[in-house]
Amino acid sequence: METRSAGDVSVSRPAAKRRGTDKARAEARLGWYLAGPAFVILVAVTGYPILQALYESLFSYRLTAPADREFIGLKNYGVILSDSLWWGALGNTALITVVTVAVELVIGFALAMVMHKVLGWLRPIVRTAILIPYAIITVVSAYAWQYAFGLTTGFMNSLLGLGDFDWFANKWSALFVICLSEIWKTTPFISLLLLAGLAQVPADMTEAAKVDGATAWERLWKVTLPNMKASIMVALLFRALDAFRIFDNVYIMTNGAADTQTVSSLAYNQTISRLEIGLGSAVSVLLFVCVLLICFIAIKVFKVDLARARGEG
Amino acid sequence: MAGRWRTRLGILSAATVLASGLTACGGSSTASGTPTLNWYINPDNGGQQKIAEQCSAASNGAYDINVSILPSDAAAQREQLMRRLAGNDSSIDLMSLDPVFVPETSEAGFLAKVPADLQQQWSDGVVDGAVQGATWKDELVAAPFWANTQLLWYRKSVAQAAGLDMTKPVTWEQIIEAAKAQGTAIGVQGQRAESMTVWVNAMIASAGGKVIENPDAKGPDIRLGIDSDAGKAAAKVMQDITAAGVGGPGIDNRDEAATANLFQQGGAAFMVNWPFVYAQGKSAADEGTMDKAIFEDYGWTTYPEMTAGTESKPPLGGIDIGVSAFSEHQDQAFQAVSCIVSEQNQAAYMVSDGNPAALESVYDDPTVQEAYPMYDTIRTSLQAASPRPQTAYYNEVSQGIADRWQPVSSVSQDTPASSQEYITEVLRGEKLL
Repeated sequence: METRSAGDVSVSRPAAKRRGTDKARAEARLGWYLAGPAFVILVAVTGYPILQALYESLFSYRLTAPADREFIGLKNYGVILSDSLWWGALGNTALITVVTVAVELVIGFALAMVMHKVLGWLRPIVRTAILIPYAIITVVSAYAWQYAFGLTTGFMNSLLGLGDFDWFANKWSALFVICLSEIWKTTPFISLLLLAGLAQVPADMTEAAKVDGATAWERLWKVTLPNMKASIMVALLFRALDAFRIFDNVYIMTNGAADTQTVSSLAYNQTISRLEIGLGSAVSVLLFVCVLLICFIAIKVFKVDLARARGEG
Repeated sequence: MAGRWRTRLGILSAATVLASGLTACGGSSTASGTPTLNWYINPDNGGQQKIAEQCSAASNGAYDINVSILPSDAAAQREQLMRRLAGNDSSIDLMSLDPVFVPETSEAGFLAKVPADLQQQWSDGVVDGAVQGATWKDELVAAPFWANTQLLWYRKSVAQAAGLDMTKPVTWEQIIEAAKAQGTAIGVQGQRAESMTVWVNAMIASAGGKVIENPDAKGPDIRLGIDSDAGKAAAKVMQDITAAGVGGPGIDNRDEAATANLFQQGGAAFMVNWPFVYAQGKSAADEGTMDKAIFEDYGWTTYPEMTAGTESKPPLGGIDIGVSAFSEHQDQAFQAVSCIVSEQNQAAYMVSDGNPAALESVYDDPTVQEAYPMYDTIRTSLQAASPRPQTAYYNEVSQGIADRWQPVSSVSQDTPASSQEYITEVLRGEKLL
């Protein structure tokens, strides 16, 4: 550490401070120069469409009848919020989110442990193998799962001895396959985030717990998990947001049949299929509000955990 | 300094690439002055591409036709076309339109007005249903290109074993009983898609009803005729299929292609479907993926009746060719349409792609008669066919029907009333779809 005499400080501090301030200002300016264009682009590509959607949601506006465009205030929101289709879609989306994220967290953690423990030449092979599903495009994986469970193309029925059982004709069996494909596809993402968390767990803490006679289970619950809470929360938040926007799997497998509509597919149906821009924009705005709500709740919880992770809890 | 030059060089090369890209995108005319017409087509076996090449060659430099392929299902085709047209996209000159979307496209002002002489020329000698499909508010707004219709396909051996006389029209009740007695199924399209509307509409029309009473009306003023005796009769056919257990496996996820495969593989001995199934069966038999004896067992007749003695109103499909209102080469586009829908091209297209011609005279062509032994049944069926509801709100009506009449096993005598109420609410903007 640098040591200075009192005299040095009294003489040099004002100049140093001025220099520091200038430097800080220059750095801040440079920061704006560098980040400014990105900021402007970000506002243009995300802010503008959001505001546009908000504006359009106040109209009764059909793309193929532009002359009939009419300002109707918040009526679209009233229609949506009083429609059982919206609540059904919201229920399906919430169910898919909760089930897939919970299952992925458990399996993802187990996979992260495997990736963490495996040493030597096997390590890159194991990591690559685990990451493969995540590298596959969602539409492609959705088709693969649809073909696997389909009546004519599928092998699952003969494997499970189910005969002519039509997985996609029934709400619960269709949601089961949708969840399964989602879990298969995105567990690697969670496990990757958790692996980063595992790497941050201090080895000396685990070692100390071992010396104190803690069992593997106790070490997991009392040392490993509390130390990686921040990583777990990040993984949960990212995946929950991702799962809430689910579209591709549902679109390919059932296209909303058998009551498997999700909020995203509902927005797609109104905006793209029906070309009802006003109503579709209102659904999109409500979807955006739901995502904000998830962020808000998660970040609130996240903050608490961060404090705990720093040992302040 | 060197860095700055590198940056400038980078910007310059990027700009050059961008500019050349934009030039490539923007040009709809070649250097020779021959305009290139963009024709957006539904996917087929390559027949429309061939017609485009022939018409380009025959135009003697008046135009060149470039073909762009739309998605395979009708609803997705509409989505893409409407989005582009709503943006006044001048890159569309010609488009292959499903007749059910003609009213909406025309009502929105997306179709160029067809000159009176061409209206006459394009409808002369064309089957009635196809002319109706291309007409909106008493004017022909597109050219009928081909006119599809569904037939009742059956295995001759099974029909014979069941004691059915297939030389006369049969009823739904008869084939349900025959399928039950023979332990086989009836291939119908039970998917939650447009094909469900095709089926429901055909049954309601055959029972003397109408899905829409006033097709010209604006959305909120549309009066539906689904909640009627005809609607209840249609629901009863579905209930009977479920009760007799003759829907076959996967009925709720089956479209036309899946139904054709089921029939081909022996899972169903009766099927309602478009004539493409014959060409598909023939090529499967030729390629050896299906036993030739099975193909020779293929039989066909007109669409099943709702009540014995009352002629059925089979589904009508097909494709019309429209000229975009935003095309910069409308005159050439109209010339090109006249070439595309010529008798010769319709006959060649029917033989190559299995899609029935809209012009009646084509059915007298020996090559067509040889390729399609059921040509006379198709012609009869086309003459009796009933178009699906012609309204600018077809998509809402169709999706509403698909939503409420599916799954087939849940259809009851309350379905017509509940679907009518639901679609009415959707059209009034009071419900989501």
